[in-house]
Amino acid sequence: MILIVDLSWKPRSLSCSEFAGPVSTIVDNAGRHPVMVHFSEIHRKITENAAGIILCGTALKDNDFASRAEEFTWLVGSPVPVLGICAGMQVLCQVFGGKIYPGCEIGMTEIRVIKTDPLFVEEKVFQAYELHSFASNPPDDWVITAVSDGYVQAVHHPDRPIFGLMFHPEVRNRDLIVRFLSLCREEPGYQD
Amino acid sequence: MKLGVLCSGGKDSLFACHLAMQSEEVACLISVRSRNEESYMFHTPNVHLVGLQAEAACLPLISVETEGQEESELADLRRAVCEAAERHGIEGVVTGALLSVYQATRIQRICRDLDLWCFNPLWYADQESYLHRLLGAGFKVIIAGIFSAPFDETWLGRLLDLDTIEDLERYAEKYSITLTGEGGEYETFVIDAPFFHKQIVIDEATTEYCNNHGVLRIKKAHLEEK
Repeated sequence: MILIVDLSWKPRSLSCSEFAGPVSTIVDNAGRHPVMVHFSEIHRKITENAAGIILCGTALKDNDFASRAEEFTWLVGSPVPVLGICAGMQVLCQVFGGKIYPGCEIGMTEIRVIKTDPLFVEEKVFQAYELHSFASNPPDDWVITAVSDGYVQAVHHPDRPIFGLMFHPEVRNRDLIVRFLSLCREEPGYQD
Repeated sequence: MKLGVLCSGGKDSLFACHLAMQSEEVACLISVRSRNEESYMFHTPNVHLVGLQAEAACLPLISVETEGQEESELADLRRAVCEAAERHGIEGVVTGALLSVYQATRIQRICRDLDLWCFNPLWYADQESYLHRLLGAGFKVIIAGIFSAPFDETWLGRLLDLDTIEDLERYAEKYSITLTGEGGEYETFVIDAPFFHKQIVIDEATTEYCNNHGVLRIKKAHLEEK
């Protein structure tokens, strides 16, 4: 099971289908089993059953998650791969000791890969969809793998399969999510 | 949260309205009528009938006209959203954007400038299941415009039902159209929705068709008890 975490300001909000929905569809189409849960409803049993965790984005005006960082400390001990998308990357940066600060990008933006990793298999320039009003500075020991002219766009943990993407890969860059799924352990019971 | 729904009269904006009503308060519909048939943002064949849809839904309508030039139509959209905020106190805007980064980006920027929320509940939704949800929810939708091969004149006025979805799926596979018409291959008009108190009955319509392009122009329509 791949745990898709909705970071919107309230459970079952109008934003859930916009941000968690498309990620769930990609996970499903990749032959994995997505389970969508709002961050306020996360409990130990559900995280223990996850083969991977994806933290999804939020509406541009929705930064409620940032003031509730204490509700995400369970991520620090996660034994499975984690991918944070936009708001999700901001949460990862916050709970692992980095910072977020006001910084807005809307629309297609040029991204430059500056270091390869399991998600970025080659150094290249590509276009990605952005929608954020805050940007992130990762913890000092994290690796920055991609940047735009204005902001850090992709990071990973120095030792563990924990990744952050500032842009929205579910729009136009789905292959990155599929590549992340390949890092999550196979679960034969959930395969099609 | 009070919301205004950008409404073209087609299935996507009105299904987005239906979704918004499940969790928030829809305070009004907002429509921009473009005089430019080539407008990327707003042109639809029967946008003049959004007023009748608003009446059917018992919702107020904020409607503005635009020449439809690229920059001025965004200013006109902004004007409409501002008016909706002033008159109905909306805190956010809902759109039926499915895949268009062009449209979504521009509306997101306007909402940010006006300090409003922006919701796109159909964004990158699975297209096939969306069409089935639309029917399952009780929407009655007709094809009101066709703009690509292999659509022919028989599609104009056709009801979106299971047979129509099957044909669209065949076209999507064989001719690479987007199933939902998001690529501009076809346009729709909603004649009934679960939140309509009355349904729309078309009294008079004409068709214009040439080389896989055509529109159903609804000249006269009225509301009737369901």
